[in-house]
Amino acid sequence: MAFTDLVFYVFAAISVFAGVRVISSRNPVHSALYLVLAFFTTSALWLLLEAEFLAITLVLVYVGAVMVLFLFVVMMLDINLVSLREGFARYLPVGIAVGGIIVIEMIMVLSARYGDMPKPAPHPASYSNTEELGGVLYTVYVYPFEIAAVILLVAIVAAITLTLRRRPGTKHQDPAKQVAVKREDRVRLVKVPSEPRQ
Amino acid sequence: MTPDVAEFAPLAAEIFVLAMACFILVLDAYLPDTRRLIAFRLTQVTLLGAAVLTWMQYDTMIGTTDRMVLLGGTYVADTLSMVLKLAVYAVSAGVFLYSRDYLRDRGILKGEYFVLGLFGVLGMMVMISAHNMLSVYLGLELLSLSMYTMVAFQRQNGVASEAAMKYFVLGAIASGMLLYGISMIYGASGSLDLAAIGRYVAEHGAEDRILAFGVVFIVAGLAFKLGNAPFHMWVPDIYNGAPTSVTLFIGAAPKIAAFAMVMRVLVEGLGGLHADWTPMLIILAVGSLAVGNVIAIAQTNIKRMLAYSTISHMGFVVLGILAANKVGYSGAMFYAITYALTSAGGFGLLVLLSRAGFEAEKLDDLKGLNDRNPWLAFLMLLLMFSMAGVPPTVGFYAKLSVLQAVVSADMVWLAAVAVFFSIIGAFYYIRVVKVMYFDKPEDEAPIFAGFDAKAVLSVNGLAVLALGVYPSGLMAWCAKALG
Amino acid sequence: MLESIQTFWSGLPLVMQILAKIIVIVMPLMLAVAYLTFAERKIIGYMQVRIGPNRVGPRGWLQPIADALKLMFKEIILPSSANRFLFVVAPVLSIMPALAAWAVIPFGDEMVLSNVDAGLLYVLALTSVGVYGVIIAGWASNSKYAFLGAMRSAAQIVAYEIAMGFALVGVLMAAGSLNLGEIVKAQSGHAGYWFWIPLFPLFLIYFISGVAETNRAPFDVAEGESEIVAGFHVEYSGMTFAVFFLAEYANMILIATLTAIMFMGGWYSPFPESVPVLGQPSMLWLFAKISLFLLMFLWFRATFPRYRYDQIMRLGWKVFIPLTIVWLVVEGVWVYIKLDPWFA
Repeated sequence: MAFTDLVFYVFAAISVFAGVRVISSRNPVHSALYLVLAFFTTSALWLLLEAEFLAITLVLVYVGAVMVLFLFVVMMLDINLVSLREGFARYLPVGIAVGGIIVIEMIMVLSARYGDMPKPAPHPASYSNTEELGGVLYTVYVYPFEIAAVILLVAIVAAITLTLRRRPGTKHQDPAKQVAVKREDRVRLVKVPSEPRQ
Repeated sequence: MTPDVAEFAPLAAEIFVLAMACFILVLDAYLPDTRRLIAFRLTQVTLLGAAVLTWMQYDTMIGTTDRMVLLGGTYVADTLSMVLKLAVYAVSAGVFLYSRDYLRDRGILKGEYFVLGLFGVLGMMVMISAHNMLSVYLGLELLSLSMYTMVAFQRQNGVASEAAMKYFVLGAIASGMLLYGISMIYGASGSLDLAAIGRYVAEHGAEDRILAFGVVFIVAGLAFKLGNAPFHMWVPDIYNGAPTSVTLFIGAAPKIAAFAMVMRVLVEGLGGLHADWTPMLIILAVGSLAVGNVIAIAQTNIKRMLAYSTISHMGFVVLGILAANKVGYSGAMFYAITYALTSAGGFGLLVLLSRAGFEAEKLDDLKGLNDRNPWLAFLMLLLMFSMAGVPPTVGFYAKLSVLQAVVSADMVWLAAVAVFFSIIGAFYYIRVVKVMYFDKPEDEAPIFAGFDAKAVLSVNGLAVLALGVYPSGLMAWCAKALG
Repeated sequence: MLESIQTFWSGLPLVMQILAKIIVIVMPLMLAVAYLTFAERKIIGYMQVRIGPNRVGPRGWLQPIADALKLMFKEIILPSSANRFLFVVAPVLSIMPALAAWAVIPFGDEMVLSNVDAGLLYVLALTSVGVYGVIIAGWASNSKYAFLGAMRSAAQIVAYEIAMGFALVGVLMAAGSLNLGEIVKAQSGHAGYWFWIPLFPLFLIYFISGVAETNRAPFDVAEGESEIVAGFHVEYSGMTFAVFFLAEYANMILIATLTAIMFMGGWYSPFPESVPVLGQPSMLWLFAKISLFLLMFLWFRATFPRYRYDQIMRLGWKVFIPLTIVWLVVEGVWVYIKLDPWFA
């Protein structure tokens, strides 16, 4: 077994373990951290395929931003673990059955077609995953790419529409007003005539 | 390999809608609350402009070819897309007009509402013109995301928020199923392009069982989005919980887009596997007809009742598709368009009957409508007759054309089942008519509705009648689109 | 002599070579961190008309060594209901990315440990991972103050990371490469050729976001001594605290280095190459630039009062992000018209 094979199996095993722990761990914060681990190992697997752009972007976007916000929320919520786990055992058989079917189907899909697929040939040193991706993303897939951007825009609009509320009467500062203030707005020169000495 | 700018020219309508949505979004941020109607007017202008652009694109295209696949095979323009897009614009424009006063009365007349609506329209356009699984999926998500938000738009309304949550969670599951199916198809055929998938299916469709698995998931996902039984559970809750103006929106034009999605994915992409999906669609159709028509009888809430009626109508659309022949497809297309029109009219009338602090959503709220406003009652009569399939309204002709297709596909028993359930269904539509004409009104308050909304509703109601009498024009377009 | 060293070097196995390189990078870095703390105390002292530490060793030069020894021998206290594993892992998670990022930093033309194609992204990813140390420390300590600090830090870092990322997109557009070495080479020439001129707003935003990402004053609400004691590391003592400290200063040096590499021409001299000696590119120029930016870090701390939390958020989301996007559009136009001499 070549060294890269060993690396692959180690990371794959960690990834599967982390995935299982995401759903089986008792503490939601631990679940989130295991998910981070799963992202990391998946990204390592992509690196093995010389897809460094995807691998690093996975870490950057999911680990660096999405999961931080996840943790942020999960840590703030006081989640009642007992009620969360209620029915876990009851639904477990169904879950295992569904999961099992999905695994079998995936095995069928993959083994029928890609079972004896040769290892991808290593790319020449001049190969740049970033350039390759950019090449198809902005040409062949430019339309779906733009639509995806619109979806993100809608998500922003939706999030702001549903959460922004202007509460009247809050005492907040308006920095623009603070900066724009003039001397005339604040200072009033009053001429006080001196009273004659008595 | 750089894409040519000229290649984007046929997308003028999509680009226009997107640009206008962004423009309205920015403009609205600077408008005072008293001038919110500007956003509404600009939205209508946008839909009109998109219609013009779509027609111009079609007009220039038809001189040279009858089908244009662009942008690396992700976008297609043909007669089908043109007809469906125009229908979407028309229905959406009516829907926005009906809901204007309703929104104002409830303090949710905001630019974002129309912006989200326009993004939803854009999503429908993408779905209609999709020629790649990616475009199908992304268009669907764009539409869904806009609709989830619109359902939750009235933030202080607990029922609406609950409906939005349900819609979001169930919609996400449905998208997941669809994606899983798409990934299987991709795994089998090695392509996301519908034409390439079609070629692969034509060659290897019979021996490749993975394709069949993929079809199962895709059909389930599509049925979810269409609201077919047994994936219909979300429909009544969301129709009932959402503000009526939003129910109006999600009950009308998205049905046309959903039909387009089914056509693109099942017929264009996986048409070679129709032996696999026809039995599944039979289950969906029979289930929807039974559930929709039987449970609707027990409803006292008219929004809920119309939700169940939607389920049964979607059953009819599926009936047309499962016949898997040209007559069936064009029948289903005719059905989807006319149903969107009828549904827009029905919910639009409910929206007009509602006013500040009062929601017309009980069957009892329609009592004695004839005494209060005979013209509106007459329009509602037309719409209900059309839904029930009473001649000479368009509903009759639509049902007839679908049933013809089913019979021509040698499934007479299925046609019989459909007729049977339609007769059951006629009961509750006619009950609405009875309530309007023969019961004493409980509520004597006069009905305020803008002149333009009333005028358009009249056109909408009369169109249901006119299309029933002269269906040949639209039917010819439908036949041409699928010819 | 020189030859025998060369033959010895090439005779070593690759793993040993890489290890040796790592040591050559990390050891000076650790020393630099130690003396950066000393410099901080001295410089801020002089700015505030004090003398600063001057007791340990000649002129106080051994002060950081004494500090390190002290921290090493102190007890590590585990709070009673802390999460043991995460509590101990947090400092490690904090320092690991701070050190790992140095793998792709080029010090000269060919002097780089690992010449990664997507080096810029790699650095960005690692700096964003650093926040986990802070969050986990705050949560695992089971203390209100630590938790508040962690939450503040998480929100702040996510906010500023976006502006930082956009600023880097600007650099990427200008250089046409994600490789840090290529980025420096794209700026070859005197100071007029460096990216800080065409990308001036992005340069400022990057550096300020860098200050915010490292939780340094005036963005140090995550520590905020006067409000939440010491924020996320309030429960840490001894070596665990020292590791957080190391990570913070290593990150400062990293940000200073990246700013020098991406906007200030890396190892190129600010003078035209025709000037003898001074005009030659050299690693020393890089170090000079790094020192300049580090001085700015210290100077900020001595000058500005701490930002209020909502002001930090406002600056990040409402000022920096829109500004970077606008500048990217401007830059796009310049790239399109091939503005001399930067985008030619």
